[in-house]
Amino acid sequence: MPDHASTHRAATHHDAAHDALPAHPAHLWRNPEPRRTYDVVIVGGGGHGLATAYYLAKNHGITNVAVLERGWLAGGNIARNTAIIRSNYLWDESAAIYEHSLKLWETLSDELDYDILLSQRGVMNLLHTVGDLREASRRVHSNRLNGVDAELLSLDDIARLCPIVNLDQGVRHPVLGAAFQPRGGIAKHDHVAWAYARAADALGVDLIQGCEVTGFDIEDRPDGGAGGAGGRVVAVETSRGRIGAGRVGLIAAGHSSVLAAMAGIRLPIQSHPLQALVSELLGPVHPTVVMSNAVHVYVSQAHKGELVLGAGIDTFNSYAQRGSFHVIEHQMSAAVELFPIFAGAHVIRTWGGIVDVAPDASPIIGRTPVEDLFIDCGWGTGGFKATPASGWVMAATLATGEPHPLARPYALERFTSGALIDEHGAAAVAH
Amino acid sequence: MLLIGCPWCGPRDEVEFRYGGQAHVDYPADPAAVDDAAWADFVFMRDNGKGPFAERWYHAAGCRRWCNAVRDTVTHEFLATYRMGEAR
Repeated sequence: MPDHASTHRAATHHDAAHDALPAHPAHLWRNPEPRRTYDVVIVGGGGHGLATAYYLAKNHGITNVAVLERGWLAGGNIARNTAIIRSNYLWDESAAIYEHSLKLWETLSDELDYDILLSQRGVMNLLHTVGDLREASRRVHSNRLNGVDAELLSLDDIARLCPIVNLDQGVRHPVLGAAFQPRGGIAKHDHVAWAYARAADALGVDLIQGCEVTGFDIEDRPDGGAGGAGGRVVAVETSRGRIGAGRVGLIAAGHSSVLAAMAGIRLPIQSHPLQALVSELLGPVHPTVVMSNAVHVYVSQAHKGELVLGAGIDTFNSYAQRGSFHVIEHQMSAAVELFPIFAGAHVIRTWGGIVDVAPDASPIIGRTPVEDLFIDCGWGTGGFKATPASGWVMAATLATGEPHPLARPYALERFTSGALIDEHGAAAVAH
Repeated sequence: MLLIGCPWCGPRDEVEFRYGGQAHVDYPADPAAVDDAAWADFVFMRDNGKGPFAERWYHAAGCRRWCNAVRDTVTHEFLATYRMGEAR
């Protein structure tokens, strides 16, 4: 039986790449049979769904909750991301929700009594053009006005914080400067999911794996059930039978459109592959997180020592959880130019996840045209960092039936009203 | 890596193309008569299902013409490619 309390004390800083990982608790969660009915049914057992379940129980005292997962818990994007955490988004609405998330990250190991290995080693955004410099200056000032830590770095600052970045001005895309968020960093993504799952289970939430949602039981359809949206959801049909629900939350990332279509709802979402890769285990060489929008690479060194690199999305729609090789090739060429030392490393493994991208690169949270059916999707290429806040605001939305104040700007109606929240710049992954 | 059958050039590597999203989305016949919800539908809403999907590709590094394709979004298999203006 691991001594969880002793592993937990080292929670806040794991900057040495070869720190031993903490042992996991012997018991994580039950595997209950689904009950006939729940107050709240959450569709999707990934990071956001599990966080929502936890905060429903913890913040709102609603424990008669099921999380339905088609496969196994935390096997989708929560297991496939590059684990980067930051809150340096441009617009007020985004800064508010992502900074709320970062504040939750900062106490999450204690909150969940599980070491998620948060390492606030800073996130550095490299700037390669005069346009980049101007845009970054605007974003840094915007961040500061919103209480988000942000600063502009000189080349000397970059060399001091991350000596392996190539600052040679003769390359194709020379580094001219950087923006930096010192409180940004990485966490251990699997631990995050398992921590939320264990804590939700302990509070009475049923986590039901191998349970695929196949339809929704919707009463009072305005068209008598011919297909259009409207009415009120009363149950979900699943591969393990009908499960009654007071309210339903769709939190299914890349599969959101497929599920919404079962309820007669059309979403402004396109699903794309997003790929990432790791090197072999290396000694500590990379002390921070570096992102470059212009040449498109983002890289950090994980706790065990592997370099973790993220690529851009494949442009085409897909549910295949794999992308094209030229995307990896493009990313590697950028990485080797920015970090010549990486040329000696090897690609050990590449993989893909399916991300749900909205037209303004911002999430969709709140009501749907079907009463008591709520949605939390569209986190696209940046959902990991939002996991705590997404769960926090979705739990409040499901508990009260009213969108949480931080979620209100992210309503589905914004695509009709035109009040978009354009975060293509801060989203940092080319789409 | 996809191999895309350009209707003019034949099978070519994916890197020669740019993606154009869902095909056969018609501009509103009478734009002035369309309300906000219908505009939102035209501008932002797109099909996003699993299985065969009609989509547009632009042969940017080839003949520089657009074509349509039907591709399976789960297997990536191309079921058809055809010229603009032709029926699916």
